[in-house]
Amino acid sequence: MQEIKQAISHVEGTAIVVPGNDIDTDQIIPARFMKVVTFDGLGEYAFYDLRFTADGQQKPHPFNEERFSGASVLVVNRNFGCGSSREHAPQALMRAGIKAMVGESFAEIFAGNCTAMGVPAITLPHGSVQKVMQEIEDDPLIHITIDLPSSVITVGDASYTFDMPAAYRSALIAGNWDSTSVLLSHLDMIDNRASKIPYISGFAV
Amino acid sequence: MKRNLFNTVWDMHKVTTLETGQDQLLIGLHLIHEVTSPQAFQMLEERGLKVHRPDRTFATVDHIVPTANQERPFKDRLAEQMMQAIERNTKKHGIEFFGLHTDHQGIVHIIGPELGLTQPGMTIACGDSHTSTHGAFGAIGLGIGTSQIRDVLATQTMALSRPKVRKINVTGRLQPGVYAKDIILKIIADLGVNGGIGYAYEYNGEAIHALSMEERMTICNMSIEGGARVGYVNPDQTTFDYVEGRRYAPKGEAFDEAVEFWRSLASGPDAEYDDVYELDANTLRPMVTWGITPGQAISLDDRIPSIRDLDEEQRETAKKALKHMGFSEREPIKGKKIDVAFLGSCTNGRISDLREAARILKGHKVAKGVRAFVVPGSQQVAAQAEREGLPDIFRDAGFDWRGAGCSMCLGMNPDQLHDREMSASSSNRNFIGRQGSPSGRTLLMSPAMVMAAAITGEVSDVSEIVPSPEPVR
Ligand code: SF4
Repeated sequence: MQEIKQAISHVEGTAIVVPGNDIDTDQIIPARFMKVVTFDGLGEYAFYDLRFTADGQQKPHPFNEERFSGASVLVVNRNFGCGSSREHAPQALMRAGIKAMVGESFAEIFAGNCTAMGVPAITLPHGSVQKVMQEIEDDPLIHITIDLPSSVITVGDASYTFDMPAAYRSALIAGNWDSTSVLLSHLDMIDNRASKIPYISGFAV
Repeated sequence: MKRNLFNTVWDMHKVTTLETGQDQLLIGLHLIHEVTSPQAFQMLEERGLKVHRPDRTFATVDHIVPTANQERPFKDRLAEQMMQAIERNTKKHGIEFFGLHTDHQGIVHIIGPELGLTQPGMTIACGDSHTSTHGAFGAIGLGIGTSQIRDVLATQTMALSRPKVRKINVTGRLQPGVYAKDIILKIIADLGVNGGIGYAYEYNGEAIHALSMEERMTICNMSIEGGARVGYVNPDQTTFDYVEGRRYAPKGEAFDEAVEFWRSLASGPDAEYDDVYELDANTLRPMVTWGITPGQAISLDDRIPSIRDLDEEQRETAKKALKHMGFSEREPIKGKKIDVAFLGSCTNGRISDLREAARILKGHKVAKGVRAFVVPGSQQVAAQAEREGLPDIFRDAGFDWRGAGCSMCLGMNPDQLHDREMSASSSNRNFIGRQGSPSGRTLLMSPAMVMAAAITGEVSDVSEIVPSPEPVR
């Protein structure tokens, strides 16, 4: 079996700010772009309806702004990625160049999907996120580093301690965020557990 | 027993604790559909893996299925491609597939229960956030992403951190004209769209246990809209009666044994929770959303809030909502004009929803200028409705009667809002663009309220149209 094992303990680069609470996955990738059987090519549809009018004209949106081009860290507010469980949403962002996300909070399924793709989604309190957003607004080329082992994000000269679920953090650092191989190594235990569950064993009387 | 159902069922399915601190959880039932599974199969094949338990995996098609003309090949080439992908993948891996030709195709969260696949005490995963629906049976229903679908296909397990459990205790009784949908919209409005992050919701109390299975499904379905990935109701006699006799339900002595097992799982009166929230059903009124998140819901008699009355953190989304909806602060929601009425979805596309809607609609006509359609949640729901003569009631009133699917719940099939149309919808999401038009607008409400809106052309009190509708329960 081909194993994907890549430790992710450090992400750096410039950032892009997409402000707003409760940005749902329908906004990140509108459903009509999900009529695909692979994730390839989803990047160009990230935030599509927020970026383009019905006749394809650009609308003001951070993902259309030249100053943010090449950004690898996405900075957001609260409850980002709520709604539909579609992994197409974080996949579209990743394929648009995003390698890590910083926000006040992330919806649960979304955060899990990010981790499963090797993209850290880290959280900071409201005030810190506002500050970070301001710094990036002031200088879109400001350098950002996210260090998972120390749980520190550095934005220019300022640094903040961030939060993220311990399980996600350790999976990324250990390089087993692609969980399949770890899970698969317990096949005997899986079958053993299954044989003890009444509805799987058929309620034998 | 001090343990709640959630922890009992979780522990029963826990294979081991992983290095990350997450648990490896065995999935008893894996449901798949055409939108989120093809990439998972692709990843599986890239790694040369096979499906570990095809016998515990079942598939259907719902999201992309056209509801007007279901002839193959579909007109939409991309939809046809997805259809072929799931046909190919299920065939290749020996997975039972409820396709269009089977009589059992439908929205995945409707066919699971209807076939008796969904049973108490199970862990159920599906690449769809409304998998919480299955919690109505006292199961743990988990919405998962595509990478996790790959994990479940390959190992029948997934890695997950155990959430906390919040009991939502609903006391009293619903008044006529007030439904399960109103209970869940109220809970989300009160606790917020992210109030449930990190929690499983246990819906309990006399008002919940007085509900039918289908009503319980409506409530559990929208747990995710409140941020809770899992929502469930403890199994009781209503649950067992529903499951008995269904195609995949245990039969004969095995059924009796199953009931005994199912009963043993329910949270006892002294069960412990991480949090408890109380709601009184007696004072509930029909709920309607006015904004762009399911939490932006108010009682029909209330006015749209003014920004400064809201918590600081809600203001920005509220401003965006007012702008998108074209509403003003302090306006009544009652009387808002609608262009489209949609009855259907995994929240409210079951036979009892259609029955109640038809009961209200009978003898009335859809208001001029309103596009109205009803989309049964499954082929079985459609067949039952036909046996009861419901399609004629809908058609006579001016509704379009469609084939089973997700339809206008999301813009992935031909049923979509156009431009700024305002839709009264029995579905679960009012996100911007959700119903297919980036500028389209959605008002979420119960099926009965959708009928009232269809008849009058505006948001109306169903009790004023059909005096004191009898509760279906
Ligand atoms: S009816 Fe709507 S919410 Fe339910 S599964 Fe289909 S698209 Fe998703």
